[in-house]
Amino acid sequence: MSELSVNHLLGIKYLTEQDIELIFETADHFKEVINRAIKKVPTLRDITIANIFFENSTRTKLSFELAEKRLSADVINFSAGQSSVKKGETLIDTVNNILSMKVDMVVMRHPNPGAGIFLSRHVKAAIINAGDGAHEHPTQALLDTFSIRERLGGVSGKKVVIVGDILHSRVALSNIFALKLQGAEVKVCGPRTLLPKHIESLGVGVETDLRKALNWCDVANMLRIQNERMEFSYFPTTREYSQQYGINRSLLESLDKEIVIMHPGPINRGVEITSDVADSDQSIILDQVENGVAIRMAVIYLLASKIK
Amino acid sequence: MPKRHDGEFNMSQKVLLTAKEIDILLHRLACQLLERHLDFSDTVLIGIQPRGIYLANRLTKILSEEYQVKDIALGSLDITFFRDDFRRGEKILEASTTEIDFLVEGKRVVLIDDVLYTGRSIRAALTAIQSFGRPKEIELLTLIDRRFSRHLPIQPNYRGRQVDAINEEKVKVLWKENDGKDVIYLINT
Repeated sequence: MSELSVNHLLGIKYLTEQDIELIFETADHFKEVINRAIKKVPTLRDITIANIFFENSTRTKLSFELAEKRLSADVINFSAGQSSVKKGETLIDTVNNILSMKVDMVVMRHPNPGAGIFLSRHVKAAIINAGDGAHEHPTQALLDTFSIRERLGGVSGKKVVIVGDILHSRVALSNIFALKLQGAEVKVCGPRTLLPKHIESLGVGVETDLRKALNWCDVANMLRIQNERMEFSYFPTTREYSQQYGINRSLLESLDKEIVIMHPGPINRGVEITSDVADSDQSIILDQVENGVAIRMAVIYLLASKIK
Repeated sequence: MPKRHDGEFNMSQKVLLTAKEIDILLHRLACQLLERHLDFSDTVLIGIQPRGIYLANRLTKILSEEYQVKDIALGSLDITFFRDDFRRGEKILEASTTEIDFLVEGKRVVLIDDVLYTGRSIRAALTAIQSFGRPKEIELLTLIDRRFSRHLPIQPNYRGRQVDAINEEKVKVLWKENDGKDVIYLINT
């Protein structure tokens, strides 16, 4: 087993358990590489990668770009704000124009769910989905579960609660798929208005009481409230949300056990998580960021090795 | 290609070196290293993954147990990401572990691999080792030197045995700790 079952990374739901294991084993090697004095390997020197972002991003874009450069790939960056998309060009035309400059791989973030899948059917390049609307964000889920594996020694059998805005979150959906695939137990927790209907059909538990959820879990993944995706109010005030679904030091200390705290960033300090928790030893937020580069190197390496 | 079972091969093969002959070669190579590096205070041994590590471990064991050389710095180097045949072969390259928990800056490095063939692995290793610092010098030790098969101008400083094998032939080095016995085969594929 040394090859992915897919030619694109469009979502966790298209991966097998063996794919994830292969990505993790490869990421272990790359994590060792990026901790060397010289953090670069020449592997992808004949590969060109375009990072196409139709939506804002800091962490993901930097992380992808760094991963590509550490592998010695040539990188071009494209943000929708400064482009011909504003002049009315279609997605396929935009990407085909980029590909005719001999690009082998496209990393794309797009506000529309399924944009990556659409693109993979119409252009000739390996596609990595870096977030498509409220659908999937596969590399985030891979780095999240990789970080759980690193901290707790494995993912199978672990209890993970995803807290907050599940409705608008691609991180939540990809995490649910990735965790279930690796044999973890998953619950989602948040106000009813932010939990999608029929979420139970994905095989996850639902809990609206944060304290109960935290007492049950080994790991709590705290999501950001995505104000930019909310067209109307889902809860009365931020202050009320924070009191019911925010995590703070005194709440953590009142639990029966010590749990691991994760956050995909960017953090709204004082809303879903207080600073004393975010910066504590229980938090693996910065490990997630470091692992993000290794995971993305692994995904790019494995997909690139399938380009003929 | 015929399937192989537990290190036994169905195709035509002959024994190139027996366990006893390998043992004599290992002792000679250990002595040659000793002659040049004396107390190994400035020297690091690097086994090249995946198959060079067995040879590196054996030499280190002989040096420490039979010649009382203390605290030999021994590491393993994976060259997968430095190879020049990425996406060119049928097989996807699978990485192994790199373990170098010391600095090679200013050190005398001895790269160790079981078979020297085209020289491309060693070319990759020469690049890969630079990620861990600038060594004072780099030498190459190899158990089997297939002397007429080189693609690059690379020669070993220490060699166990020179072999004249044609390209269709394969030299396979088996180790007791991994394959059940010490033996070197010349296989006609």
